[in-house]
Amino acid sequence: MSTSKNSVSKENKINYILYLADTTLILSHRNSEWCGHAPIIEQDIALTNIALDLLGQARNFYQYAAELIGNNATEDSLAYLRIENEYKNLLLTELPNDDWGNTVLRQFYFSVYQFYLYQQLQKSDDEQLVAIANKAIKEVSYHVRWSGEWVVRLGDGTKESHQRMLNAIENLKNYLGEMFIAADYETAMNIDLNTIQKQWDEKVTSVFAEATLPLPKNIFNHIGGKTGVHTEYLGYILTEMQYLQRTYPNAVW
Amino acid sequence: MNNLIKKFFYGDYGEIEEGASTSQDDQWPLWEIFIRSKQGLDHKHVGSLHAADAKMAIENARDVYTRRQEGISIWVVESKNITASNPDEAGELFEPAQDKIYRHPTFYHLPEKVNHM
Repeated sequence: MSTSKNSVSKENKINYILYLADTTLILSHRNSEWCGHAPIIEQDIALTNIALDLLGQARNFYQYAAELIGNNATEDSLAYLRIENEYKNLLLTELPNDDWGNTVLRQFYFSVYQFYLYQQLQKSDDEQLVAIANKAIKEVSYHVRWSGEWVVRLGDGTKESHQRMLNAIENLKNYLGEMFIAADYETAMNIDLNTIQKQWDEKVTSVFAEATLPLPKNIFNHIGGKTGVHTEYLGYILTEMQYLQRTYPNAVW
Repeated sequence: MNNLIKKFFYGDYGEIEEGASTSQDDQWPLWEIFIRSKQGLDHKHVGSLHAADAKMAIENARDVYTRRQEGISIWVVESKNITASNPDEAGELFEPAQDKIYRHPTFYHLPEKVNHM
């Protein structure tokens, strides 16, 4: 990244930070739906830990965005009081969890993307983004490791687990391209998505080879999440997530 | 119903509910977890958990037992590899030591020059 502070408009920067915040928040929420339902308590804790890591990252991004927006915006107003078409999260993150295989494969796809993305943010000339990326990348490294091991375990496991991973690959395949197709505000931020895609391809290919899984084929790329055009699922997520704040405005802990 | 009293030994699963599957085949093995804290010199037993293999046991232990900075090193041992003393034999194993308090080092007088012991 060769961004200089003056070359990025404030609006683009805010949109980009909201994209990072919304994406981590929505995936955190999806993962949190497993709390109390995972196949075994140890994995319940593991996935809930990941949900909490993502929530922590989302908070950091929202706080920074709120600071830039001003106007009494807070992390809570950004998370709880915006509607679907203001949300900029990747479509991938709002898809239903489906089974465990689908959940860990989605986490793996996303964590690998996030890892290489944060590597670029670490070199950003925005000190705040550098600080967030530095803190978060250690968490993300572990998410890549944890989810990658599950992909191998299930892909190269039993006949049943292999079939479920094939189903998951099919389920998710049309929602991967969006990660690498830049929205205008990303282009403005000079994020090098081509490099990220190359690194992502390499990592996914090597883990899939170990997992004896085929790479996704016949892909059609659904896009829109980054600019607020979402699947039907996001509305339901926000309804549940924002219920309390909308029913009891300004409620605090 | 001869077996009214069931003894449990270290590493056993708990009581199995009436009607529940009694097969252990669908359970992941149990692992004993040892953690060394930052200042600690040795690994201490902290508990046990289920995992499919050693690698997963380490990761589960990381999530279950080190979330609050409890440790910097983890050991895992599959519970079945631990041989425990039988509580029924506690008498012969441990009681003979009870009346031999002279085995404690308090009976030795240290030379004055030796401090801090």
